[in-house]
Amino acid sequence: MLINLSINGKDVRIDVAKDEFLADTLRAQGFLSVKKACDTSCCGLCTIWIDGKPTLSCSVLSIRADGKKLTTIEGLQQEAAEFAEVLTAEGAEQCGFCSPGFTMTVLAMKSELKNPSDDEIVHYLTGNLCRCTGYMGQLRAVKKYLEVLA
Amino acid sequence: MKFVGQSISKIDGMALVTGKPVYTDDIALKNALVVKLLRSPYAFAKIKSIDTSKAEQLDGVECILTYKDVPQARFTLAGQSYPEPSPYDRLILEDIVRYVGDEVAIIAAVDEKTALKAMKLIKVEYEVFEPVLDFEKAIGHTSVVHPEENLSTNFEIGLQKEKNIVASHRFEVGDVDGELAQCDVIVEETYYTQAQAHAMMETYRTFTYLDHMGRLVAISSTQVPFHIRRQLARALQIPASKIRVIKPRIGGGFGAKQTGGGDVFAALVTLKTGKPAKIIYDRQETFSCTTSRHAMRIKVKMGADKEGLIKALELQVLSDTGAYGEHASTVLGCVGEYTLPLYKAKARRITGHAVYTNKMPGGAFRGYGATQGTFAVESAVNKLAEKLGLDPAAVRLRNIVKAGDTLINYPNHPLGSSTLDQCILKGQELIGWKDKYPVRQVAPNKVRALGMAVTMQGSGIANIDTSTAEIRLNDDGNFTLLIGATDMGTGCDTILTQMAAEVLETSMEQIIVNAADTDISPYDPGSYASSTTYVAGMAVVKAAEDLKQQILAQGARYLEVSAQDAELDGNVVKTLKGDKEISLYQIAELSVLGTGRQQLVGHSTYGNEISPPPFVAGFAEVEVDLETGKAELVDYVAVVDCGTVINPSLARVQTEGGIAQGIGMALYEDVRYDQKGRMQTNSFMQYKIPCRKDIGTVRVFFESSFEPTGPFGAKSIGEVVANTPAPAIAHAVYNAVGVRVQSLPITPEKVFMGMQELARL
Repeated sequence: MLINLSINGKDVRIDVAKDEFLADTLRAQGFLSVKKACDTSCCGLCTIWIDGKPTLSCSVLSIRADGKKLTTIEGLQQEAAEFAEVLTAEGAEQCGFCSPGFTMTVLAMKSELKNPSDDEIVHYLTGNLCRCTGYMGQLRAVKKYLEVLA
Repeated sequence: MKFVGQSISKIDGMALVTGKPVYTDDIALKNALVVKLLRSPYAFAKIKSIDTSKAEQLDGVECILTYKDVPQARFTLAGQSYPEPSPYDRLILEDIVRYVGDEVAIIAAVDEKTALKAMKLIKVEYEVFEPVLDFEKAIGHTSVVHPEENLSTNFEIGLQKEKNIVASHRFEVGDVDGELAQCDVIVEETYYTQAQAHAMMETYRTFTYLDHMGRLVAISSTQVPFHIRRQLARALQIPASKIRVIKPRIGGGFGAKQTGGGDVFAALVTLKTGKPAKIIYDRQETFSCTTSRHAMRIKVKMGADKEGLIKALELQVLSDTGAYGEHASTVLGCVGEYTLPLYKAKARRITGHAVYTNKMPGGAFRGYGATQGTFAVESAVNKLAEKLGLDPAAVRLRNIVKAGDTLINYPNHPLGSSTLDQCILKGQELIGWKDKYPVRQVAPNKVRALGMAVTMQGSGIANIDTSTAEIRLNDDGNFTLLIGATDMGTGCDTILTQMAAEVLETSMEQIIVNAADTDISPYDPGSYASSTTYVAGMAVVKAAEDLKQQILAQGARYLEVSAQDAELDGNVVKTLKGDKEISLYQIAELSVLGTGRQQLVGHSTYGNEISPPPFVAGFAEVEVDLETGKAELVDYVAVVDCGTVINPSLARVQTEGGIAQGIGMALYEDVRYDQKGRMQTNSFMQYKIPCRKDIGTVRVFFESSFEPTGPFGAKSIGEVVANTPAPAIAHAVYNAVGVRVQSLPITPEKVFMGMQELARL
């Protein structure tokens, strides 16, 4: 099936299978930051934005994304690098496999929440799993990042 | 120091966070065949017949391989130094399947959809046997998991395969029974630790192809490239010289990737077809068809005099190694290796067996037996303290091994460093021991209580782990650091560069680090056994020192003075008098391109006969709901002695992550099977790992010591941090409600039932 997508600001028309999920479509299109790690919609690694909202791309049929505006971290390199500066300074990326999806959620939170409390931050990010860090360093980094922006 | 001791960001961090394509599946060629595995639905069965003809006819199917198509050399997936202590007990495919998920057929097709379609067309008839599912009934069970004649071991590990015993272990110092007979107080308890899943975010994956020489190349998400090369050579029966294993960026390991995953299957497909192939285990396969932490039963007998001096400590261990013996004997041995030396009892003994069952194999998992042993021993120490009416911290301070003492593992080497006593004192202060121990009511139905535990691990495997490092001065004055250690997110590429930069007085940017590629890297067993900072670190320091001396000598030669009259000062070699100097750039240029005709290469191979222990004192504050029995972690304080802290922010996050895994193990993580041996916890929906909301507060502090044999005084940190949460949290739960949960995890059900039981008494 042919669908129209805008990926990181560029319009593309691509052929996808009816049962294909967006995470696979995006990887096939070369957006390799999109990772898959659970097969059950609960790890958050495949997080991208659909029309600006953080979404699990592993759980969206590609045909349902027809006509939508998609953003992956490849399209937010400047913003991602700013957050990466702070996250890596804390050492809180460790293996990094979950970092792109996590960063996409953090960047969405930044525009959605004004002066979030620790609890609000944790709540917003809780769908992004990480097995390396124990999350404390990520919380320190997010708070510093928000401070720097303020 | 300019680099060592500094919180330098990981050198690959920016690429990882911004989503650059650096992991195995990002690098794999698009035209690679997709490899899928048909797996056994039965825990123990023989394949009576297997019909692949329909599947083979499917368009897009490249090949289907069964037990009839594989080499007949038994091997182990355990990534260990040769001679591997794990038994050679598996074939790539066999007509016997030994657990639900054991491999039956390899399917290679042009894409995943076709491979999965083909899988459904394979017809298999099984003769089903009665499986061994309860590890406490494995010894002497009527079913024998590995009856085959050609199973072999490299040396004696106490294998009695007809009894389902993989390995047996015994170590004793002093007269345990004699000492116990004279003790005033004795604690004798049985503890159970569960199988735990590693759950690293990147599942197992390997991409294989043949290079221009027809050699097999495997790009593998592994902690052990050199072991994988040896494993592939044995399993596939081809010379190791025909194999190259490359480790790209790795999405976490925790010991999981110290055991081979799909490497052999993808490699076999590439050898059979000549085509590139990739295998990616999905999450369900990773949960149910790889390895987990060995589940164990540990009986502890500990005796002390009235004053709290521990006289004797005995462990009897039964370890469930599952269907194959990966890491069976060594994990068993490490239960005692990292617990018995901690307390200076006159007499200490460990005996035990690892047994085969028809479940997923056990494997290497951060802590490697020490985690299991620490839960048992520390729980027993807490009980002993209570029986004695003494503060559990005081009992530990009285009995722990101290710097200068003799460790039982190394009678000829006094312990070089320990600040464990300070770790305990500092931890007590930070958690608020004086005011909060043991318990406080904080709400009508909620109590908060404290608990503690201490632990040690090693730094590499004494007399076995040997790492080589090379550093060369390149033509334009920068350096290439070649190592075989495997950064899996731990940051070892960064900290080893920090060490080299410190010795060479250069900058991080001037050092190109390359790891790991078996064609290029000098040998390193890989990153496991907490070896990298200490063993690979020493190799790097010595190689850098070697190169530094060579630069000095070469520079002095160009300056026409003796080396004693010259010094290296950052980027120049100058005479002591200060009248002449030559830049590093000029030395490099002259040596490599010019008249010097000698590229300078520093080199060192390092291994040690001791494995200096790092220590942690862990303190938990837990809130228990009196109505439900649910325990929640409120605060965790870990005070760590890892020697010199090479990179504080990385060491801190490493500790926080290990504590989080320990919290999961303490409270809810649990690999469970149904009555037919099918794993029930094969997704993140059924197997819970801690999420952001579960962790409470974890606070990490360092009480640095200086390990005289370590690089810049450093010891390890990777594993020791996983050990204290389970016993400390169990202790806190006991202090909260009087229920001793001796079988992990400490679920609300167990606590609640325990409270009911107490109420009845």
